[in-house]
Amino acid sequence: MLRKLLIGTALGSGLAFAAHAQDVKEVEMLHWWTSGGEAAALNVLKEDLAKQGFAWKDVPVAGGGGDAAMTALKAMVAAGNYPTASQMLGYTVLDYAAAGVMGDLTETAVKEGWDKSVPAALQKFSVYDGKWVAAPVNVHSVNWLWINKAVMDKIGGTEPKTFDDFVALLDKAKAAGVIPLALGGQNWQEATMFDSVVLSTGGPEFYKKAFNDLDEEQLKSDTMKKSFDNLAKLVTYVDPNFSGRDWNLATAMVIKGDALVQVMGDWAKGEFNAAKKTPGTDFLCYRFPGTDGSVVYNSDMFGMFDVPEDRKAAQVALATATLSKSFQSAFNVVKGSVPARTDVPDTDFDACGKKGMADLKAASEGGTLFGSLAQGYGAPPAVANAYKDVVSKFVHGQIKTSDEAVTQLVNAIEDAK
Amino acid sequence: MTTVATQIKLTPEHNARPGASVRSRLQDALPKIVLAPSFAITIVFVYGFILWTVYLSFTNSKTFPSYAISGPRAYQRLWRWTFESDPPSSWYTSITNMGIFGFLYIFICLALGLFLAILLDQKIRGEGMLRPIYLYPMALSFIVTGVAWKWFLDPGLGLEQTLHQWGWTSFHFDWIKNKDFVIYTVVIAGVWQASGFIMAMFLAGLRGIDGEIMKAAQIDGATTFQLYRRIVIPLLRPVFLSAFIVLAHLAIKSYDLVVALTSGGPGGSAWLPSNFMYEYTFKRNEMAVGSASAVIMLMTITAIIVPYLYSELRERPR
Repeated sequence: MLRKLLIGTALGSGLAFAAHAQDVKEVEMLHWWTSGGEAAALNVLKEDLAKQGFAWKDVPVAGGGGDAAMTALKAMVAAGNYPTASQMLGYTVLDYAAAGVMGDLTETAVKEGWDKSVPAALQKFSVYDGKWVAAPVNVHSVNWLWINKAVMDKIGGTEPKTFDDFVALLDKAKAAGVIPLALGGQNWQEATMFDSVVLSTGGPEFYKKAFNDLDEEQLKSDTMKKSFDNLAKLVTYVDPNFSGRDWNLATAMVIKGDALVQVMGDWAKGEFNAAKKTPGTDFLCYRFPGTDGSVVYNSDMFGMFDVPEDRKAAQVALATATLSKSFQSAFNVVKGSVPARTDVPDTDFDACGKKGMADLKAASEGGTLFGSLAQGYGAPPAVANAYKDVVSKFVHGQIKTSDEAVTQLVNAIEDAK
Repeated sequence: MTTVATQIKLTPEHNARPGASVRSRLQDALPKIVLAPSFAITIVFVYGFILWTVYLSFTNSKTFPSYAISGPRAYQRLWRWTFESDPPSSWYTSITNMGIFGFLYIFICLALGLFLAILLDQKIRGEGMLRPIYLYPMALSFIVTGVAWKWFLDPGLGLEQTLHQWGWTSFHFDWIKNKDFVIYTVVIAGVWQASGFIMAMFLAGLRGIDGEIMKAAQIDGATTFQLYRRIVIPLLRPVFLSAFIVLAHLAIKSYDLVVALTSGGPGGSAWLPSNFMYEYTFKRNEMAVGSASAVIMLMTITAIIVPYLYSELRERPR
């Protein structure tokens, strides 16, 4: 009985081998881009590959931040069943690379000059130990204000240049009876806003030291306390019902004109686009006051796994297609983000997109392009989540003073390291 | 099985007939053969994985399991977080929430379920229709319950907003947005879902009580209250046990309800240990800490359930 079973298995796997003997013209991709706009954006890539004769095997795992997808990926990898590529974020790529399951795309990268066109800050996450292990798809930047133009005109506001301007603007909105600030009360949204507040309060150098290098001196400095005070100030402009709200509902409040402004990454623009709004006439995009010239980013990457030899050709085709200028442009126009290489023409992009691309180029050259701690690009997940905990507890009043917040932040980060 | 065994004893010549012997031995072994696969699967996938989790909690596993033992560091972290309680750490919040939620959920469900069952047991008309109405919420998944109650309790959408529109503008109910009360909204939704099911269990128990005893008590002059307090409820003891076990495990594995209803609550204030375990194991890449919390959950349940089971199930002298 047992022997029969063994023979059966051996035969079965033998057959499987035979079937895989020649190159597999198929790309297996795990991702969490399941919403309408995202799926449409991904279609561009599918069609591109179909033209070269590669079939697309979709492994979509729904769920906004990709938590469910990462769990699925972990199970696949632990079982030795690597997909060709998977959508991944920041430190996750490095984690998997350290576990030795990522492939090597250096050959293709050198041939196509990725190291020149992809910003160095992004290469920190797509290159591990000198090898290209991931293809960056886009760059999202986090330090944006999204403003409803009709409300702005009604209250007679102008672009805020400093944090104090911003507070004055919010006061105007409050006086006019509009909700000044649309915020979703989930920890990542609060922390995403705090990223901008810290950059605005302490400047680029401070942000880098505190949130990318996790320098303890900076983390417990007075500037950090001031940042928490500024955050507390902003929270006073939020409607009482914000706790637990999803980010896109907060964006909807700005789109409908119930609220003046949302501090959110540029994925919010996708919502404005979906509501058929035009930048400049329906809504305005400004950098968070006091952060002009710096970009706090996150980026979607396609992590490339160490697939068997017969699937490599498909993987290379996928990587090449991902970083091609045509895909980078077409995809990011739909997604709201900006291309992951700085040499893509900005002709198809709207005003906010053009500004985003110019800002990215300038920040990349000027060394003011920083990974967002809230989005998992500033530090590994354990630290990033400890940070989100502290910010969220501060916003919701479990932590009462900025002194205490700073102590908690230092402890939490130390604990998670 | 016993009949097979007696048959074998009654036919002494069966040993002389090899065919019958194989058949009867096969018949003897049949229950074991049938049970073996499911038994093996349970051993591996339940008890095996429990042991594996215990093992992982003593390693320094991060994103992936690591097998190098590194001592009880994960437990030390949990313990430290438990005592360091101002502002509450996530673990401290989780276990205090478990205490509040577990106690209220089990207690209210039992009380409400029993009350409803007693009301329904009054030989009223239309009982056949009322029973499924009470029972039906149990058929919904926790996610559906969570989302429905989230909308109902949301001050900007549900109850509060509606009453304001009807003119009662001083009405105020924002528990779901309040870090100190959000766990009680989880209790409300949980009780709403489970109490009908508990009612059905009690109703079945009530129907099983011998009518003669009740009549005898009534003839002796017992009031209805005395009847229930002295006779009916004590006779329902086994039902209490089953209901308690069902509710306790529902309470301890509640995860989806918290996520769907509160998405963790303001500042993570609605977390239960299961949320903590999932967060740390799969989202924060701290598998060792997650495993340690799972082990502590298991030990807590064991500490509560085992003495209770022992006291209920041991042979009582009649």
